[in-house]
Amino acid sequence: MADLTSNFLGISSPNPFWLASAPPTDKEYNVRRAFEAGWGGVVWKTLGMEGPPVVNVNGPRYGAIHGADRRLLGLNNIELITDRPLEVNLAEMTRVKKDYPDHALIASVMVPCEEAAWKEIIPRIAETGCDGFELNFGCPHGMAERGMGSAVGQVPEYIEMVTRWCKEATDLPVIVKLTPNITNILMPAQAAKDGGADAVSLINTINSITSVNLDAMSPEPMIDGKGTHGGYCGPAVKPIALNMVAEIARNPGTHGLPISGIGGVTTWRDAAEFMALGAGNVQACTAAMTYGFKVVQEMISGLSQWMDEQGYNSIDEIVGRAVPNVTDWQYLNLNHVTKARISQDDCIKCGRCFAACEDTSHQAITMSEDRVFDVKDDECVACNLCVNVCPVEGCITMETIAPGAMDERTGKPVVDEYANWTTHPNNPSAAAAE
Amino acid sequence: MAHINRENGVAAGRLDPTQVADNFTDLHPEYDGHEALVAADRCYFCHDAPCMTACPTSIDIPLFIRQIATGTPEAAAKTILNQNILGGMCARVCPTETLCEEVCVRETAEGKPVEIGRLQRYATDTLMASNTHPFTRADKTGKSVAVVGAGPAGLSCAHRLAMLGHDVVVFEARAKGGGLNEFGIAAYKSTNDFAQRELDWLLSIGGIEIRYGQSLGDGITLDALQSDFDAVFLGMGLSAVNALGMDGEDKDNVSDAVDFIAELRQASDLTSLPVGRRVVVIGGGMTAIDAGVQAKLLGAEDVTIVYRRGQEAMAASSFEQELAQQKGVTLICNATPVGVEGNGSLTGVTFAYTETQNGKLVTLDETFTLPADQLFKAIGQKLGDTPDALTLEGGKIKVDDAQRTSAGGVWAGGDCASGGDDLTVTAVAEGRDAAMDIHTSLMGAS
Ligand SMILES: Cc1cc2nc3c(=O)[nH]c(=O)nc-3n(C[C@H](O)[C@H](O)[C@H](O)COP(=O)(O)OP(=O)(O)OC[C@H]3O[C@@H](n4cnc5c(N)ncnc54)[C@H](O)[C@@H]3O)c2cc1C
Ligand SMILES: Cc1cc2nc3c(=O)[nH]c(=O)nc-3n(C[C@H](O)[C@H](O)[C@H](O)COP(=O)(O)O)c2cc1C
Ligand code: SF4
Ligand code: SF4
Ligand code: SF4
Repeated sequence: MADLTSNFLGISSPNPFWLASAPPTDKEYNVRRAFEAGWGGVVWKTLGMEGPPVVNVNGPRYGAIHGADRRLLGLNNIELITDRPLEVNLAEMTRVKKDYPDHALIASVMVPCEEAAWKEIIPRIAETGCDGFELNFGCPHGMAERGMGSAVGQVPEYIEMVTRWCKEATDLPVIVKLTPNITNILMPAQAAKDGGADAVSLINTINSITSVNLDAMSPEPMIDGKGTHGGYCGPAVKPIALNMVAEIARNPGTHGLPISGIGGVTTWRDAAEFMALGAGNVQACTAAMTYGFKVVQEMISGLSQWMDEQGYNSIDEIVGRAVPNVTDWQYLNLNHVTKARISQDDCIKCGRCFAACEDTSHQAITMSEDRVFDVKDDECVACNLCVNVCPVEGCITMETIAPGAMDERTGKPVVDEYANWTTHPNNPSAAAAE
Repeated sequence: MAHINRENGVAAGRLDPTQVADNFTDLHPEYDGHEALVAADRCYFCHDAPCMTACPTSIDIPLFIRQIATGTPEAAAKTILNQNILGGMCARVCPTETLCEEVCVRETAEGKPVEIGRLQRYATDTLMASNTHPFTRADKTGKSVAVVGAGPAGLSCAHRLAMLGHDVVVFEARAKGGGLNEFGIAAYKSTNDFAQRELDWLLSIGGIEIRYGQSLGDGITLDALQSDFDAVFLGMGLSAVNALGMDGEDKDNVSDAVDFIAELRQASDLTSLPVGRRVVVIGGGMTAIDAGVQAKLLGAEDVTIVYRRGQEAMAASSFEQELAQQKGVTLICNATPVGVEGNGSLTGVTFAYTETQNGKLVTLDETFTLPADQLFKAIGQKLGDTPDALTLEGGKIKVDDAQRTSAGGVWAGGDCASGGDDLTVTAVAEGRDAAMDIHTSLMGAS
């Protein structure tokens, strides 16, 4: 049996599945039950300054995108940080950590961008016995308007500065949670590293309007006739999060900086993908909010089955394993030729591949009178669109044309050696470099 | 415990009213909104969709299903009704398992087609519930057309003609319109008086006058219609039935299945409708199944359908056969009736076994007798008397691809015309196509 124990920044937890800072981790009642259900760790719902807590709206806070059968694909929220008093949260965290010493408990923090504020609160929170801190530089709504959250996360200098303050205030690990609402994720990641962060976690939610109420002409969720942009999360954001994680993992400047992967983790496979791209563990929020805490049981059993099947013994063996294969477009092998192949046995003759290729691609699929679909090798550019639109998994596949065999489209034999754009004759820079 | 009347003979009230009401509820109940969305989502929006080709009225199925999926069932209904004005009835009665759903690629893929019929019903019911009619009449052409028969063929033709601006007069022999929608279709397929509601809704386009109790051949001649109107469409269905040609056919409680069904469809209280304790139905088509199943649902203790050929040769689809078996009806194949037993009243029916030898049906010597209080004959309907001017083909009015008969200015469609299956949807398609051709010929001539 694979060992799922996670040791992220020296913080051990029974498995790499943590609940992200959000409603599921808002209070003792939830967190105890989350641990009992099997979650390895939690990042407590973001704490703010002492004194009167923030207030949330009293109308709807969530909007959603649904797929077939109302499957929740994307969630959007306009919730703020914890709206419960600091002392209450701290007392609860202390009790929980005492009762669950083997589970990870991280404190998420967001206070105004002043040194005194951070240096005052960090040691106070440390007294709970928490295992580390996560600095919330990500919240894109409400808090940002007050100069916190993503307002900090969008300015690398602030990230570096606040991170440094926190590192000076504690010996515990400090994780910097990044906002995806920037143009280049490497800059905030680098700033966090420069400030001394032990790790980054990403992504926080993405600025979004999920839908518009066409009767009231207002964004949803609508409160008294008006709406505002919220933070988008759930399965729909995973591709964006995966790319940002991979960029940090493969960039020489940030390579090696531990990453806690967040954004749309819903199944064991999502988690494995984040980890393959360099995340040391993962955090999930929407999955728990959609299905309840029990969903982690599938993540645990699935990850462990897959690791057993693959012969991986520990989490460390999978972390970052796919990173070397993430490259720039210009280094992709232009001599690698594939062609679409339709399995006539599997084909159900829906004609979607034909419509897609004929109307929007390369007119490389033929349709006979009796609905037999075939690929014309002399037209197929191997774009993969037909594979993606075919409703039958595995019905259309991409066959690699062996070196030496003819590529019917170019009329030339496939060349064995690797050659990329940097040396391609059509590349003006390549010619200049010679 | 529900009360069951086991009295021999033919008697009313065999079951409790609640039990009867329960038995005659919708065969394919309507979807609620969410169910419809889930069902619609299964459609792949096929290119040049096979289902569309299989639909006799060529409804753009992928389009209407997508319109449901995107929350616009009214637009979906318009897509349907544009091709098939009786899309509501067809959604209920089409043997989809041998039409659109049979060729759905998801049937090929996983043996579970997209439920096209039920989706069609969802769309058309939604639109009809809003009490609107999606079509308006074109400017009046000044032409008038006579339609004979207010069944699916006649109504479809009349509606299309009215829409194109012609004035239509429908001559209907009965006191009520709808044809077999009203008098033939099984009660559990068309509940809550749907046939009449659909008829009223269809007529709300305007420009269609129905004259009830007016029969071609009984005071009205084809010649007269030809001279009084610019064109004539014949959609009078099959008003005669085949006879067994056997002694004893005239005994009490021996009747035509279509009459039993018509009576059932018109009964205001099903518990008042008498049915035998032991019922035998002779035939192998939809009518035999419908008569057998409905007799059973009324409370007949034993119902046996006897068909002279093998089961694979039955005209009723396998879905219909399974339905019968599921309701507790017994199917006996390869047996042909040779005697009707009883003194005055029926007591049993004697059958001889049959066998197919060298492609020919042969009656064997061995016989058996089924005790029976009631016998229904469902061995096929045929054309009633038709005007001499019309050429017949295979017992039906001969028509060409445009539904033209051999008589000038006379078109025909539906069950009475040659070509196509005897189905509601086919009648609708033929009525519509005839209307289009009538329109072309009337407008071209002016
Ligand atoms: C018992 C039974 C069950 C069926 N079940 C199904 C089913 O589930 N699904 C399906 O698709 N099909 C079914 N059918 C077949 C379907 O009902 C017919 O194919 C369809 O009704 C044919 O339409 P039509 O307009 O041609 O004829 P009809 O529906 O027969 O209508 C003909 C109309 O013309 C009138 N008429 C007749 N003679 C004259 C005259 N001389 N002058 C004036 N008016 C006249 C009649 O009164 C009638 O109103 C069933 C048929 C039967 C008998
Ligand atoms: C309702 C809601 C409230 C959230 N509140 C916080 C918060 O207080 N602090 C924080 O760092 N992230 C917060 N998040 C972001 C999540 O921690 C997480 O980064 C994001 O939802 C992406 O993960 P997911 O796709 O698994 O949901 C919140 C998310 C949701 C849905
Ligand atoms: S891979 Fe692209 S070009 Fe080739 S057949 Fe498929 S859709 Fe057409
Ligand atoms: S999309 Fe797939 S199933 Fe559909 S016709 Fe093409 S190959 Fe066949
Ligand atoms: S064949 Fe089936 S899946 Fe394809 S368009 Fe028709 S209903 Fe949809």
